[in-house]
Amino acid sequence: MKRVITLVILVLAFAVACAKKPPATAGAQPAPPSTTSAPPATPPPPPARTAERIEDAVPVPSIGEDNISNRSLEDLNRDSPFKPAFFGLDSAELDDAGRAVVAGNVDIMKKYPSWIVTVEGHCDERGTAEYNLALGERRAVAVKAYMVALGVAPDRLRTVSYGKEFPFDMGHAEGAWSKNRRAHFVITSK
Amino acid sequence: MDKNVMNSQLPASNSQAQRESKHRVEVGKWLLGVALAACCVIALVAQTPQTPPPAPQQPSEIQLVISGEPGTPPRYAVPDFVALSPDASDAAKTLGQVLWDDLNFEREFYLIPRDTYSTIPPARTAEDVPFAAWRELGADAVVFGTVQKTDANNVRVQVRLYNVRTRQSVFAKEYTGAAANPRLYAHTISDEIHQQQRALRGVARTKIAFSSDRNRERVAGPVQNRDVKEVYIADYDGENVRRVTTNRQLNITPTWAPDARGIAYTSYRRGYPDIFVALIYQGLQETPTNGVAQNWLPMFSPDGTRICFTSNRDGNPELYVMNRDGSNVRRVTNNPAIDTSPTWSPNGTQIAFTSDRAGTPQIYVVGADGLNLRRITTNESYADRPTWAPAPFNEIAFAARSGPGYDIKVYDLAGGETRQITFGEGSNESPAYSPNGRHIAFTSTRGGRGVHVYTIGRDGKNVKQITRDGNNYTPSWSN
Repeated sequence: MKRVITLVILVLAFAVACAKKPPATAGAQPAPPSTTSAPPATPPPPPARTAERIEDAVPVPSIGEDNISNRSLEDLNRDSPFKPAFFGLDSAELDDAGRAVVAGNVDIMKKYPSWIVTVEGHCDERGTAEYNLALGERRAVAVKAYMVALGVAPDRLRTVSYGKEFPFDMGHAEGAWSKNRRAHFVITSK
Repeated sequence: MDKNVMNSQLPASNSQAQRESKHRVEVGKWLLGVALAACCVIALVAQTPQTPPPAPQQPSEIQLVISGEPGTPPRYAVPDFVALSPDASDAAKTLGQVLWDDLNFEREFYLIPRDTYSTIPPARTAEDVPFAAWRELGADAVVFGTVQKTDANNVRVQVRLYNVRTRQSVFAKEYTGAAANPRLYAHTISDEIHQQQRALRGVARTKIAFSSDRNRERVAGPVQNRDVKEVYIADYDGENVRRVTTNRQLNITPTWAPDARGIAYTSYRRGYPDIFVALIYQGLQETPTNGVAQNWLPMFSPDGTRICFTSNRDGNPELYVMNRDGSNVRRVTNNPAIDTSPTWSPNGTQIAFTSDRAGTPQIYVVGADGLNLRRITTNESYADRPTWAPAPFNEIAFAARSGPGYDIKVYDLAGGETRQITFGEGSNESPAYSPNGRHIAFTSTRGGRGVHVYTIGRDGKNVKQITRDGNNYTPSWSN
């Protein structure tokens, strides 16, 4: 049952992602953090009906189980099953929403036990270039620690900090900054 | 006759050098071709054309120094140099303009604007310098220089500095060398005039290293839309830009070795941050940390024998010191908080750095042996990138959060006071002192079009934009 729900959430998330045009600068990244404590990128759906409908639906080819395991690393990361976890200003602490996102990513890692994942720590431009290299490291390490606590073998997780070198959103306001303070998950081996 | 050879050391051939050390890999092969033009300096005897030297007179520094009206800086005029061969006219113009800019930069002299010289007949030889006309313009000192192509690739530059009142030449030099970069002759002349007239070490021949995304390339890899950053160098005035790294990854936080021939930097070329040293005039690269954990933000000790850096090798960002070749790694900080952004005191016995052990990033000073820790910043909400000024300035510059961005502030170690030198014109970060301590390079968004490197006097005056292309970060000023 849990598996089914996970799949449903995945399918839902993908449907939502498809419905929204990704921003022009977006590579493999989803929407900004939601302000509620719910996991981002899964807006509250009308649950029962939608779930039933999707259970009955024939899966769209590109999101089938086999397609995930068959796709190349590059394709997987371009349209990643992982969601980024977001952080508060100057903070490396995962809040409830962040923990929920990371837990979802852990479920995916458990589903694909051969995957090795790099957790990238990123920062926004409100911090300095130099200190942010260390803050991003702290964010990545905090996420890795939580994933290990949820049962992922430590040797399946790598960490790297990019400081504020690779912003997701090039904007210069909180709307962009909140998307840039993130842990981004990259599948480095499968 | 004194004959100095500037930069005559020829770059070692790549293949030969690679055989010498398997730890060294070639970097930026093309840099070989752009190593500083070698040129020779020949000091001429200072001449006193008007009066024959009186018999046994004691030569004195004082007589050579040109002064202005009491209480004002001497007024200098630097007209175009005279082209002694027709193909040297561009170089003659360049030399005059660049020398004017260089002499203006230290603000030791008042440089009379060049567009006021038009009424003064240009001298063809040292004998017909129109001193009366220069005096009328208020000049205390005037430069007379010539440039001549000696063959297709070489020039001879002669320059004299005259005291307009006494009509005596107080400085006279001849330079010969490559014609490729006439600016270098002007820079050299400026440094020598500052040395002779002011006992000041000028910075006209120094360079600024920085990281830039100006090539608009994208990092190859699983994640799209990430801009490559490479390390570049430019003359102190932003001209003569050269690319140092060519690996199309993230190459950041360059920092000069004290010999101004090596640049240590952080590179992600292996997928994680590690420290590399580019030997820019040899086309070689050293890897002192070589993949032992993740390492970033290297900083050479003032004598060049050691590098302080940040590493996560013990589980969280701490400071370490190693010998330049990577041996003898010693841990400097030991705290579960972040310790990073090191800078050395001028005598190499202390290190200032950033730590958030008190909850926010603040500046601390510790002995290079890890002892005698003390906190420097107490009134800042966030402070990073301390940069220790060279002697005689006993101060540390840093970036402090102010409003939405950052401003450059300077902490006076003797008085314990902090002064601010930028005031919210964009966000200002990553200060780096010039080798004479009179200027600070930093990054700013003040222009509204990206992040650029600027220089500013340590008094907050004389802001000058150095970079124009792309976004540019973390400057380091060479010796």
